[in-house]
Amino acid sequence: MNEVPLSHFLILSTALFFIGVFGFLSRRNLVTILMSLELILNSVNINFIAFNQYLWPGKMDGLFFTLFIIAIAAAEAAVAIAIILHLYRHYRSIDAEDVDTLRF
Amino acid sequence: MNMFTQAVWIPLLPFLSFLLLGFFGKYLKGTTAGWLATVFLLGAAAISFNIAYEYFFLFGKDANGVYQTIVPLKMTWLQFAGGLSIDMGLLIDPIAVMMLVVVTFISLMVHLYSLGYMKGEERFSTYYAYLGLFTFSMLGLVLSVNLFQIYIFWELVGVSSFLLIGFYFDRASAIAAAKKAFIVTRFADLGFLIGILVLSSAAGTLDFQTLIQRLTDSTGEGLHTATATGFLGVSALTWGLLLIFMGGAGKSAMFPLHIWLPDAMEGPTPVSALIHAATMVVAGVYLVARLFGIFAFSAPGAMEVVAWVGAISSLFAAVIACTQTDIKRVLAYSTMSQIGYMMFALGVSGGSGEAVDGFTAANFHLFTHAMFKALLFLGAGMVIHAVHSNELKDMGGLRKQLPVTHLTFLIACLAIAGVPPFAGFFSKEAILHAAHLTHPAIYWIGIITAALTAFYMFRLYFGIFHGATSSHHGDSHHHGHEGDFFQKLPLILLGVASMTAGFIPFGNFVSFSGRPVELHTDLAFSILPVSLSLVGILIAAWFYRKPSEMPDKVAGFFGSVFTAARQKFYIDEIYLFITRKIIFKLIAAPAAWFDRSIIDGTVNTFGVAAQTGSESISDLQTGKVQSYAAWFVGATLLLIIVFIYFIH
Repeated sequence: MNEVPLSHFLILSTALFFIGVFGFLSRRNLVTILMSLELILNSVNINFIAFNQYLWPGKMDGLFFTLFIIAIAAAEAAVAIAIILHLYRHYRSIDAEDVDTLRF
Repeated sequence: MNMFTQAVWIPLLPFLSFLLLGFFGKYLKGTTAGWLATVFLLGAAAISFNIAYEYFFLFGKDANGVYQTIVPLKMTWLQFAGGLSIDMGLLIDPIAVMMLVVVTFISLMVHLYSLGYMKGEERFSTYYAYLGLFTFSMLGLVLSVNLFQIYIFWELVGVSSFLLIGFYFDRASAIAAAKKAFIVTRFADLGFLIGILVLSSAAGTLDFQTLIQRLTDSTGEGLHTATATGFLGVSALTWGLLLIFMGGAGKSAMFPLHIWLPDAMEGPTPVSALIHAATMVVAGVYLVARLFGIFAFSAPGAMEVVAWVGAISSLFAAVIACTQTDIKRVLAYSTMSQIGYMMFALGVSGGSGEAVDGFTAANFHLFTHAMFKALLFLGAGMVIHAVHSNELKDMGGLRKQLPVTHLTFLIACLAIAGVPPFAGFFSKEAILHAAHLTHPAIYWIGIITAALTAFYMFRLYFGIFHGATSSHHGDSHHHGHEGDFFQKLPLILLGVASMTAGFIPFGNFVSFSGRPVELHTDLAFSILPVSLSLVGILIAAWFYRKPSEMPDKVAGFFGSVFTAARQKFYIDEIYLFITRKIIFKLIAAPAAWFDRSIIDGTVNTFGVAAQTGSESISDLQTGKVQSYAAWFVGATLLLIIVFIYFIH
């Protein structure tokens, strides 16, 4: 099997990471922001898998971390959506710009 | 020995009365509070007299017939390193027992007298509570076993004096007088405290007996340290004693720390009798007498200062007393003058031989003075109640109206003037005799003072009880009323004491060595002072018995001296000048400036800097979660760049 070089994975994950960061900073819709966050997490997952495969092929640590991050991401999404729902009830909006009362 | 442990009740009973009346006095109706306090004090007086009897007649002497110093109770309160400790205890020796008798007796008289005098006062029970506090503190002072204990009670009497002078706190003058008394004596006590530290660091103890023993033993290490080190050419020992004497001079109203005493007359008159005539103001004399051994044996220089301060005070106060018109102020200056007598009596005595009789003479005069001066003040209280004024010009011809007061006041005047056979004669003769032996100059000052004393006391007597009936007294509803039995009883008892106290063979009981001494009453020696006193009395009679122009003529003759004396020699003004113009302007104002601008300024600058700094960056907190994220991402990228390219 033709080996895919590590740099391909890293370019993919970097691209995914910065797409996520861009979405996180530029979108106004809170749900879209949440989706961007998922992209960032998944870019990390790709890194874990890739490095696990190339550095310690016999071990499973990277895989476990990935599974762990997926589980946490699911839980975090549940909490985040609950927060967004409550914000919507309070402000009648899910625009991140409108939610700015927590300041000095 | 342990029978003297009962002495602990002497201060504790008035203290209990203070606590009871202080907490529950407001629930007591009428004069109940006063009676309660009087009963407590009667108990204390009974124990005192019992102790005096047991000490002087039964158990006080050792096998050689010398009065011993007994310490029936001593507890360590604070233990410092090097064997130095602050103890609380009781010390019984001849002067302590004598003072116990004086304090409890006068206090009892004042308690009785105040039942009538203070009746109807709004804060009647508070007044008795304060009297209890004062009596407790004074007795504690008398019974102290060490310098620090005496200092604690010393401050306590200062506080009770402050409270009682300011008893009528709705009068601005009373408040000012109370503050003045407290601040002046407190200032003097600063010296006292430093003196205690100097002496105790030299001797390594605070305990009176050990202290005196170490500082008089010429071979001992303590005395050597204390005399070897010095400051400005004066040995540490002398400095220590002088500073302690400064405390004593402040409390005893010696020149130039006397300015609080005349103003202290703003307090109720019985208080003046108790605190500012008979007991508290002689605390300074008591203190010097307590440390007499060190003064006499190890610091003749300090003795000289004591003698001259006493002599100057006695003459100075006597001159002022001749010109004052407020009867209580005359008595106040007279008190100062008589305490000056006691001081110089201590100061002129040496450590041994006949000269040491001055010690006995001073204590004798303290004893007799307490009796007749308390009597004079209580009599003055009667007069003031009768005419509702302190001014001599509002009085006159009161002898019919106040017969008991008249008679007892006359006795007290004769006693203080030193006319035989009244009490003052004997003690004054003893003092003059002691001065005659060693200090002729002070002896002459004493003689002049004695003549002046006779003059101003009889000026008071004739001015109050003889002469023209003042216009003031027709309109008084107190007319013909001289107070109830319990007001007259103290006058009569003190009158009897003033007549007979001189016959007590005082030298048998109180002397420095503890052995009986013979006080001289030498006929040839007595002629001069007694005849001068009689001349003083006659001049007073000539001037004041009938309205006469002589006083004004004489005042005119003395001119500016008279004015200066009437203005108390401008000592108050000098104090004001020194405090306001020099201390306030040159020390206090720069210190206040430094405090406000440098100290406060530094702290404020930090505060302002923190505030403006945080205000300037508070705009960063927008509340918008995405802007935070942008900062976060930007800063992280920046750090990554820094770590990759700049930090290797």
